[in-house]
Amino acid sequence: MSEKIIGEHAGRSVSAGETVIASVDLCFTHDASGPLLISQLKELGLDLQNPRRTAFFVDHAVPAPRRESANDQKIVREFAKKAGAGFHEAGSGICHQLVAEEYALPGQIVLGTDSHTVTAGALGAFATGMGATDMAVAMALGKTWLRVPETLLVKVTGELGKGVFSKDVALHLVGTLGSEGANYKSVEFSGETVERMETSQRLTLSNMVVEAGAKAGLVPSDLETKRFLESLGREGFRRVFPDKGAQYEDTIEVEAGKLRPMVALPGSVDNVKPVEEVGEVEIDIVFVGSCTNGRIEDLRVVAKILSGRKLREGVRLVVTPSSRRTLVEAVKDGTLQTLIGAGAAVTPPGCGVCFGALGGVPADGERILASTNRNFKARTGNPEALTYLASPAVCAATAVKGVIADPGEFL
Amino acid sequence: MKELRGRAWKFGDNVSTDHIAPGRYFHLRSNLPELAKHVLEDARPDFAPGVSAGDFVVAGRNFGLGSSREHAPTIIKMVGVSAVLAKSFARIFYRNSINVGLPAIICDTTRIGDGDLLVVDLGLGKVKDETNGEVLSFPPLPEIMRKILEEGGLVKYVKRRGDLEV
Repeated sequence: MSEKIIGEHAGRSVSAGETVIASVDLCFTHDASGPLLISQLKELGLDLQNPRRTAFFVDHAVPAPRRESANDQKIVREFAKKAGAGFHEAGSGICHQLVAEEYALPGQIVLGTDSHTVTAGALGAFATGMGATDMAVAMALGKTWLRVPETLLVKVTGELGKGVFSKDVALHLVGTLGSEGANYKSVEFSGETVERMETSQRLTLSNMVVEAGAKAGLVPSDLETKRFLESLGREGFRRVFPDKGAQYEDTIEVEAGKLRPMVALPGSVDNVKPVEEVGEVEIDIVFVGSCTNGRIEDLRVVAKILSGRKLREGVRLVVTPSSRRTLVEAVKDGTLQTLIGAGAAVTPPGCGVCFGALGGVPADGERILASTNRNFKARTGNPEALTYLASPAVCAATAVKGVIADPGEFL
Repeated sequence: MKELRGRAWKFGDNVSTDHIAPGRYFHLRSNLPELAKHVLEDARPDFAPGVSAGDFVVAGRNFGLGSSREHAPTIIKMVGVSAVLAKSFARIFYRNSINVGLPAIICDTTRIGDGDLLVVDLGLGKVKDETNGEVLSFPPLPEIMRKILEEGGLVKYVKRRGDLEV
């Protein structure tokens, strides 16, 4: 699929290993990389090639917790407005969620100054992260250079068990591949389990391929993709799927029925264990949010588990919806009321504590369990704290029990 | 290309961009000289206070995994590091590093010791460890990256050519 999509954007057929110049359909950045990108654009002395295909998001430090971040956001806001590009103010949500909701389409090439740009692969787009200078050039020229990646096929078959979600598939996959097992490669998902998943679950799968180093994580677009786009009133659906006889460097088979709720232990995302093997780990903060698992479907699972229950004494729960749409849905269907009623602190849409600058930073010696994607030392803002990763369901079960827990009994 | 000379600062495998440019200093991203004071702080707290111009970062596998923050290679370069040597690099860091004009060299760093005096010849693709006497070879960069590095980074490359070329 990657070869097909890159080929369409290079104007010729391409194969893995080649370096090509490809046109791009969407370039985006955020308050974390935007100021550096804008300074590089100025250095280049070039304007945006196509402001309509360029978007700026204020999603990381929102609402701005300090002067420096406020000033950075002002730079991004003023530049985007002056250039006539898409602009999404603080509180709109995380760039990757908004790209999925409002921009990305099957068959496109999407570039973002964020490693989790791969998320949009769930819609059948070739979406990849780059740095600020690469993006400044892509915004100015409307194209980029790409080495056409080899592809790993991930085939997921069977039925996910009770309390097991796409996050567990993703964690299992990262654990299997290792943190560089897919470096420079594209991951392509297939199999009945993925076909049956809603787009929200597929976004989680694609989101985490970068934790194994992958350049992109694609799901063939299908009727579910069409449903997702139409539910948002969007046009532009088309089927993008691998050719018969497509070449894969390797195939990884995952039997969904054998998967358990998974937990990534502190320090590296690929150190993954089934929940029953992590032992009795007391948790101080539970965070549900991020581009990985902050969608309405995730919040609903958490609400289902918390309904009629209270947080364990001593546990704090922070919930950060991934977009304004998510928050509105959660207000409408009562999810928010359940979360707040159980004792959750709900913050405005954005990246939250995931990147370590606001929204629930743990104290020295504390342990945080998060539905996010990274657990490197100090990731959640404190080098003296430990970060564990799991699905929203495991997060919710843990918030009730106070120790990392299997959500099965609550579902 | 010129010869690079300096001391090795050894790091392990999987040094992430969170180790290089921690998120808790997020507010310093538009103040790179201040951010650079914390470079690699969570991997080796003695690095930023001790690094000298010309020194090398010498790491294991998968250097620079994680976030796409270009601030990571930028601040490594800002403190005077002349090149990063690693057994392998994560994709985005590798690209960013070349784009900001910081050579990223893939070689077997196992036998390089902390503090060893290294001489790197980018043109010949050789690393000489003057402390242990060994010479390592490294493969040339992909063509487009070699040209970007020779220009001193992607901005200069595009300013000179007005376009991208393969």
